[in-house]
Amino acid sequence: MSLNIDTLRHLHEVMLLIRRSEERLGRLFADGEIPGFLHLSLGQEAVPAGVCNALGPTDTIASTHRGHGHALAKGMDLNGFFAEIMGKASGLCQGRGGSIHVAQMSIGMLGANGIVGGSLSLALGSAWAHQIRADGAIAVAFFGDGALAEGAMHECLNLAALWGLPIIFVCENNGWSEFSPQSAQLATTPRQLAQAYNMQYETADGVDVATVAIKSRWCVDKVRSGSGPVLFECFTQRWQGHYEGDSQKYRDVANLALARSQDPLIISTLNLREHGVTAEELDRMDRQAVARVDAAVYAAQGSGEPDFKSALAGVYAVEVSNHG
Amino acid sequence: MAETRFGAAINKALADAMEADSTVVLLGEDIAIPGGPFGVTRGLMQRFGGQRVRDTPISEAAIAGMAVGAALTGMRPVVEIMFMDFMTFAMDAIVNQAAKAHFMFGGQCSVPMVVRTPHGGGLNAGPQHSQCLEAWFAHVPGLKVVVPSNPADAYGLLRSAIADPNPVIFVENKTLYSSKGLLDADAVAIPLGSARVCRVGSDVTLVSYGATVNSCIAAADFLAAESCSVEVIDLRCIQPWDQALVTASVRKTGRLVIAHEAVMPFGVGAEIAATISEQAFGQMRSPPFRVGAAFMPVPFGRSLELGYLPGKEEIVEALQRSMNWKKSA
Repeated sequence: MSLNIDTLRHLHEVMLLIRRSEERLGRLFADGEIPGFLHLSLGQEAVPAGVCNALGPTDTIASTHRGHGHALAKGMDLNGFFAEIMGKASGLCQGRGGSIHVAQMSIGMLGANGIVGGSLSLALGSAWAHQIRADGAIAVAFFGDGALAEGAMHECLNLAALWGLPIIFVCENNGWSEFSPQSAQLATTPRQLAQAYNMQYETADGVDVATVAIKSRWCVDKVRSGSGPVLFECFTQRWQGHYEGDSQKYRDVANLALARSQDPLIISTLNLREHGVTAEELDRMDRQAVARVDAAVYAAQGSGEPDFKSALAGVYAVEVSNHG
Repeated sequence: MAETRFGAAINKALADAMEADSTVVLLGEDIAIPGGPFGVTRGLMQRFGGQRVRDTPISEAAIAGMAVGAALTGMRPVVEIMFMDFMTFAMDAIVNQAAKAHFMFGGQCSVPMVVRTPHGGGLNAGPQHSQCLEAWFAHVPGLKVVVPSNPADAYGLLRSAIADPNPVIFVENKTLYSSKGLLDADAVAIPLGSARVCRVGSDVTLVSYGATVNSCIAAADFLAAESCSVEVIDLRCIQPWDQALVTASVRKTGRLVIAHEAVMPFGVGAEIAATISEQAFGQMRSPPFRVGAAFMPVPFGRSLELGYLPGKEEIVEALQRSMNWKKSA
């Protein structure tokens, strides 16, 4: 399978949007315009871009604390995204959740998640709902390799395989569990886990968006056709610390340099150039992404702070409001 | 009106809710083919099919989390956690995901799910199959907590819990499952947060919920012979709880006793005592008194569990303490 040029161009644009958004978030955080913690996924853009490219609007995804890429690749409203992370009233979650809880139910984005492994059972339940309704949609659980050590992982892999649920478990394997290397965390591998649960397994070089997209389509086709869940492992690189401000003293300098040398945008750029896309066009795509980010940040900066009383009144729902 | 067992009333509520709404689905360990460890879900799989009534592996964390994900995707799941003690495994899904999703996503979604779970001692089931942990959940913003005391309430409250857009913890005392009460064939939902005066009285207000309500009525009967008029209030729902009804009653009687099976420290009784003291202190003739289990794991042996469980005698004693209290010099 190969991808047509329009798809390759689109994947590049999605990655540019994620990259420029997160670079901007990093600067806003450094400038004190973002409260709390910020977990960036710089270097990992190819995975959300490639996976979400294979999904439809009614497919659902559940994400992680490093979830900006998943949100934007699924099509999250950019103004609401920035305003939320900046804690503003016009944020998608009215400033109540922040970076690790950005969500947009109307596009099937069931939220970033502050709990490692939290995405697993949420996506599993969403897949179960798709199965019961036979609506043809599937669910995706994004998680990092750190979540492989969580107990819920076993329960969810077992249940998904047992019930043949329409779910893809996307492991973004960046080799780091917060501040600890995988060698200190895990006695097995995702491939071996998939075997243990009689689950289909696929893997991709998570730095190459075209490969991720092609493999994702295979996974989605399998799952949508009813052949049960797939564990999809993407090898990727975490450039930044666990969160912004983490100086990564625990990381070998050469290891970090190697990680940062593997840039999904450079690989995609070279690929597009080979397909005849001009440097000028690539530059224009980049400037468009920056302009969109600038506009969203400008809008967020103009938004007011959320009102405490309305937040307090929003603890309980008064009516059901879900996108089934 | 027909004599109905507590368990059968819950079964009817589940069946009627499933009949009325095709998005109501049941999930739990041994609930489908075996019909539930206490027989509560018997016959529902045969009636509604294996897709809507589903036996799960022993995976409390996953099934509670699945309920949240399914609720966010348009279903109304009702999960059974076999014993309340096992809720510990489901805490992340309930506390971090279900309770917060509506709020932290800015009202974009609701989480209409119910977790049914049995609590309570009396079966010599020991420290890990007998606990009353409802206060934990009442402490978490975003959750509702219901504890019915009789079949009619169990039916009406469960219908409301399933219809509610918020996650509801529905707690069933194990010793009540075989108890009987009258249930209307066309019984309706009972709003969550409305308490019920089960016995009108004028001397002291006795507040309780769940199976302990029966001990309270027995205690009130006993004291009636001594010309003490006890007003018994069944809270039915502890989050939210009916502050208006309890406050009005205490303003009338001037005295308050709260009784529950859960251990006393940091419990539901403490919350009610504090709130009512703040609201009605001027009308109170004695301090609020609490009755609860001893602060210890639920013990196994018959004599030990009998010593542990608060009953009619302890409640009578607390009522008498309240009635006889005198301000010391």
